[in-house]
Amino acid sequence: MGFYFAQFLTGLASAASLFLVASGLSIIFGVTRIVNFAHGSFYMLGAYLAYTLVDAWQAGPFGFWGAVIIAAVAVGFIGAAIEFLLLRRIYHAPEMFQLVATFGVVLVIQDLTLMIWGAEDLVGPRAPGLDGAVEIFGELVPEYDLALIVLGPAVLGGLWLLFNRTRWGTLVRAATQDREMVGALGVNQSWLFTGVFFLGSLLAGLGGALQVPREAVSLLMDLNIIAEAFVVVVIGGMGSIPGAFLAAVLLGEMNAFGILIFPQITLVMMFLVMAVVLVVRPWGLLGKAEAAARPPSGAAEPPLRVAGGMMRWLAMGGLAVLLLLPFLTDEFTLVLLIDIMVFALFAASLHFIMGAGGMVSFGHAAYFGLGAYGAALLIKFLSMPMELTLILAPVIAGIGALAFGWFCVRLSGVYLAMLSMAFAQIAWSVVFQWYEVTGGDDGLLGIWPSEWASDKTVFYYLTIAVCGGGIWALRRILFAPFGYTLRAGRDSALRVDAIGIDLRRHQWFSFALAGMFAGIAGTIYVFSKGSVFPDEMSIPRSVDGLIMVLLGGVQTVAGPVVGAASLTLLEDFISRLDYWRMMLGAVVIAIVVAAPQGIAGAFLQLIPARWTGREETA
Amino acid sequence: MITRRGILAGLGLTVAATMWGTAGPSLAADTIKIGEINSYTRLPAFTIPYRNGWQLAVEEINAAGGVLGKPLQIISRDDAGKPGNAVKIAEELVSKDKVVMLAGTFFSHIGLAVTDFAKQRKVMFLASEPLSDAIVWAKGNDYTFRLRPSTSMQATMLAEQAAKLPAKRWATIAPNYKYGQDAVAAFKAALKARKPDVEFVEEQWPALFKIDAGATVRAIAAAKPDAIYNVTFGGDLAKFVREGSLRGLFKGREVVSLLTGEPEYLDPLKKEAPDGWIVTGYPWYAIDTPAHKKFVAAYQAKFDDYPRTGSIVGYNTMLAIAATIRKAGSTDRDKMIAAMKGISFDSPTGNVTFRSVDHQSTMGAYVGRTAVKDGKGVMVDWVYADGANYLPNEAETRKLRPAN
Repeated sequence: MGFYFAQFLTGLASAASLFLVASGLSIIFGVTRIVNFAHGSFYMLGAYLAYTLVDAWQAGPFGFWGAVIIAAVAVGFIGAAIEFLLLRRIYHAPEMFQLVATFGVVLVIQDLTLMIWGAEDLVGPRAPGLDGAVEIFGELVPEYDLALIVLGPAVLGGLWLLFNRTRWGTLVRAATQDREMVGALGVNQSWLFTGVFFLGSLLAGLGGALQVPREAVSLLMDLNIIAEAFVVVVIGGMGSIPGAFLAAVLLGEMNAFGILIFPQITLVMMFLVMAVVLVVRPWGLLGKAEAAARPPSGAAEPPLRVAGGMMRWLAMGGLAVLLLLPFLTDEFTLVLLIDIMVFALFAASLHFIMGAGGMVSFGHAAYFGLGAYGAALLIKFLSMPMELTLILAPVIAGIGALAFGWFCVRLSGVYLAMLSMAFAQIAWSVVFQWYEVTGGDDGLLGIWPSEWASDKTVFYYLTIAVCGGGIWALRRILFAPFGYTLRAGRDSALRVDAIGIDLRRHQWFSFALAGMFAGIAGTIYVFSKGSVFPDEMSIPRSVDGLIMVLLGGVQTVAGPVVGAASLTLLEDFISRLDYWRMMLGAVVIAIVVAAPQGIAGAFLQLIPARWTGREETA
Repeated sequence: MITRRGILAGLGLTVAATMWGTAGPSLAADTIKIGEINSYTRLPAFTIPYRNGWQLAVEEINAAGGVLGKPLQIISRDDAGKPGNAVKIAEELVSKDKVVMLAGTFFSHIGLAVTDFAKQRKVMFLASEPLSDAIVWAKGNDYTFRLRPSTSMQATMLAEQAAKLPAKRWATIAPNYKYGQDAVAAFKAALKARKPDVEFVEEQWPALFKIDAGATVRAIAAAKPDAIYNVTFGGDLAKFVREGSLRGLFKGREVVSLLTGEPEYLDPLKKEAPDGWIVTGYPWYAIDTPAHKKFVAAYQAKFDDYPRTGSIVGYNTMLAIAATIRKAGSTDRDKMIAAMKGISFDSPTGNVTFRSVDHQSTMGAYVGRTAVKDGKGVMVDWVYADGANYLPNEAETRKLRPAN
């Protein structure tokens, strides 16, 4: 009995720190609608700052708690400064675009932290006065855990008071419901947003600072917490702070007791819970359906036009250059171009559901990975020739997308995105754990092209044919009735429904189609690398795709291709230097601020409309 | 019209263009080019000491006139912890930079990706840091060699010590990925072979770097083992040690722990370092052979820091490469491969031989107990375990290595 009670307390203590981080994320999203990837970086900064301050003021219990609070407040100011200097400039960009900026911030903070605090893990002192353990029902429970268990609900209560008993809190709640109306009533929205960012970042910093007595402060903290924080927020319901608390407790306890039965479960537990919750409750445990009274933000999106004469000539010229390149350059350029074309098709397939369908996916890598693993497994176990796997592996990816998509298209917005991520993580964990078949994280090796295609130049032409053909096909579908229907459904689900179209089925098929094309990209990828690892279906790969689409311009058809080429080339060139992540982050941020429509979007605005086939709009 | 946006865009392009210009490899004539790939940004705590190590070796080799009268030139690249990146970089190093061989990698899966690339493109590759047995056995090939003592070698070194303990009931804790699985399997097999009456009563598999330490510690304690075999490292280890000592898990129990004596993992724990654990590691402060003292002095003079395990691995990597090229008398691939098989050279940690049967080096590790001295963790009562004694014999090895 005592054992289970102690285990329960341990779960509560883990829940408390998770709740602090998640509540900050939830508040920021609720008001600003920004998907803030940098939230984990704020958590990490909180831990590093607290470590330094605690180290400096070690004497006395005030030293420790004073350090924690000052570290949290400092992180709050850093968050507010980033909102003020960067995000404020791009509120009117297309939806989700801001996440590219926060992605840049993540990169910059990673390298800055490395520069300031060094590479080695830092183990801070324990909290003075709370460094022992007390016996409860015959089990030792750390005092610090008990403090955290008290602190979690205390912060929850404090936030409740702030949001329900102060004028500022009332305004924030009003802005969560209807930003424009709050602005129309004369409230200075800018400062409200900055304030919200301050509070949210402060909570992240506090969560990080409180970890100092529990774990080693390390450079991996940011990426380790961010997915978890999003999961907690979504399970609880975006914008709902009690929901975040409930979700954190649920996850903490599931983990504490799950490992007693099946120790490997920690790998996937939270994503399983999220998938189940979202399938049963599409807006999380305590969330409410999003009121879609007005379009999200920014100007209404102009409809896509078939490219005009000049653009067609440009595209043909580009293709001609690609075809001639093997005669002009060295082999490595071809390797790089194969990478670019693979990612261009991957990004284009994501753009297909994101741009035209209005369905953002945080788990698109699942289908890239299914294609790659599909091909590898067909070769390993059935000794199929490469040519056949090029057809069958994408079908496997398509079937996977058909299955996952059925659930995903029932949701919308961030919930859809997170459910797709949950499925991707579940698929990832299966691949990661199933050593006998997939080789686990040691991957599958020796998946090289057939003899005739093993020459780099031949494989290059094969890639142009397959990936170029895929991109062309996706484009063709976008301008077919199916694509028009999808776009109509994105802009007005009600009207599409009213004229008798089954929108959900269209969305479902488009999801499966996008998965299949991602699978084609994955298949080519595995043959170009010769091996495949679970990394190819993990969250970073999905994020890469997302960044490519948004950076290129989600409102243009060429966007994903431009985005894939820019990001791949940038990374290839910059990663030769020291502290390259900081530079890449800075370049990404500069692009984001200079071109809120994405690179292709900004380019389109510079050239005459008749070239692109776009109509002049007043 | 000049807008702020326009200026910013221009600035971005200029930055990008500048990098484009400076990023190209410098073409020094008449050097021996070695391609080096590692996860420098993903795990800097381990890979930067490694880089320091090989940089020191290259400096010393070149100061002494290089190899075959030419200086070594290392083209070093960051794979950002992604296997696909590593293969792309390997392609570039081979086809564009024309390196004579590849070296490096830390993560086992990236090591395996490059191993397979080496086989396909018929390029020589010295896997310096990855521990996976598969690199030289299951997936081994004629082009790939490996320097560091493998997972099973180090686990066997520990099992040898564990067999001397009275403990019968064992619990294991390891990060849930291939390295953890291999390390547990190898330890179990080696311990059972030496002491058939041991039983394993509990296994914990926390996700790598995401351990829920409090709950895991309690689950292990509930099984009431006599002793614990630990494979967690880095941040997981710090949490495990903290939560475990708070909850009295280590009281009256022997702990046998893989790699924990390596400064990379032991030093961050400072005064909370575990006391009395049996570990493999690298007590650089106490190895008093003249060769090693010379290495430490040179390292400290150059970097104003002390060497880690990665440093000695990096240093020995370049010694091995230089010795191979000298013996081959050329940078021809086939001659180098032939030369490296069975090559023997003296390193600061003793003589190292690359076995010709499986291309694994006999570089060993230090086995001892941890202690806390002057507020930091150290290894005491250690011995050097020569890798040669922990490798299977030739006949058995051939069975493990289907490719040959």
